[in-house]
Amino acid sequence: MSDTQSFSQTGEAQFGDYVQLLKPRVMSLVVFTALVGLLVAPVGVHPVVGFASILFIALGAGASGALNMWWDADIDRVMKRTQSRPVPAGKVEAGEALGLGLALSGISVVMLALAANLLSAFLLAFTIFFYAVVYSMWLKRSTPQNIVIGGAAGAFPPMIGWAVATGGVSIEAILMFALIFMWTPPHFWALALFMKEDYHKAGVPMLTVTHGRRETRRQILIYTVLLAPVAIWAALTSIGGPFTLAVALVLNAIFLKGAWDIFRRDEAVAEADRYATEKKVFTFSLAYLFLHFAAFLVEAVLKTFGVGGW
Amino acid sequence: MAYFKPEHELHRRRFSRNLGLGLTLVAFICLVFALTVVKVTRGDPMQAFDHVVRPEMVVTPEEGANQ
Repeated sequence: MSDTQSFSQTGEAQFGDYVQLLKPRVMSLVVFTALVGLLVAPVGVHPVVGFASILFIALGAGASGALNMWWDADIDRVMKRTQSRPVPAGKVEAGEALGLGLALSGISVVMLALAANLLSAFLLAFTIFFYAVVYSMWLKRSTPQNIVIGGAAGAFPPMIGWAVATGGVSIEAILMFALIFMWTPPHFWALALFMKEDYHKAGVPMLTVTHGRRETRRQILIYTVLLAPVAIWAALTSIGGPFTLAVALVLNAIFLKGAWDIFRRDEAVAEADRYATEKKVFTFSLAYLFLHFAAFLVEAVLKTFGVGGW
Repeated sequence: MAYFKPEHELHRRRFSRNLGLGLTLVAFICLVFALTVVKVTRGDPMQAFDHVVRPEMVVTPEEGANQ
């Protein structure tokens, strides 16, 4: 009874609060990239099987989000950006987030194995483990390379989508993985440059805190330079074509220009215009990833009309 | 009406949560049913271990999975 009484004082958790535990915005990116991985694969998938598979991949991503919110409840309370999440806001208990995360992890992996195949289910299980244990529990608080290695968790969905369709992993799937993997550091470090107070207060060893902002600007440029050949290589494989290559060249040119601008600025200039360039590059990085995967999808559609591909 | 207990205040507070969970479970059942229909219709291999030896499921080195 004390349980219900305490909840009546803090407000009852509603269905939407549990949905928030699954990080729906991250799930939307997972759904999109996994769907592209599935649709550009050379093997067709029955629509019902494809729909169910994407749903279970999204559910697995949501489960890892809930596990992350359980583990990170203490630092989420400190950071302004995360204070309104259900656990730090007092709407849902941390234990409930753990229970929901574990239950959904099991359900999503087993159901993906039944709906699609064992390889995709294994990759999903590994992704959940990687995000919840390797990234959240281990790397996030211990190394400034947290974003680099943790980015792998977000990079797996297109590979899982590809595995759903083909039952295997090929160079195309690896390059889609690499595209997100290499994109994650400049994307997050651009955010970290203008959200410095939050990470600093929470004691998260973000590169800006441990190695300074000059080094962060340099690393953004390095990773953006390394990202470009990956994107262009992906455009030259069987999932690419002239259209994808053109999109890749334009997007990477813009991203490189943004990274170069960030590299050339110092803190005084950035403070003066309230990090306008950093914010612009961060916003563009979101469009970069979306448009890249959209290009793969468009190329696949063009191929059905006999005009796309190499 | 005397046969029924009055609705507990807790149920009123948790109505949206219970409704959401109920609808999610119904959707899950529909999805599993649709998957079953698709897999059976396509003739996917649906056999598994059921306590008796079935020679047609035994994998031989020469031919791989015999399905």
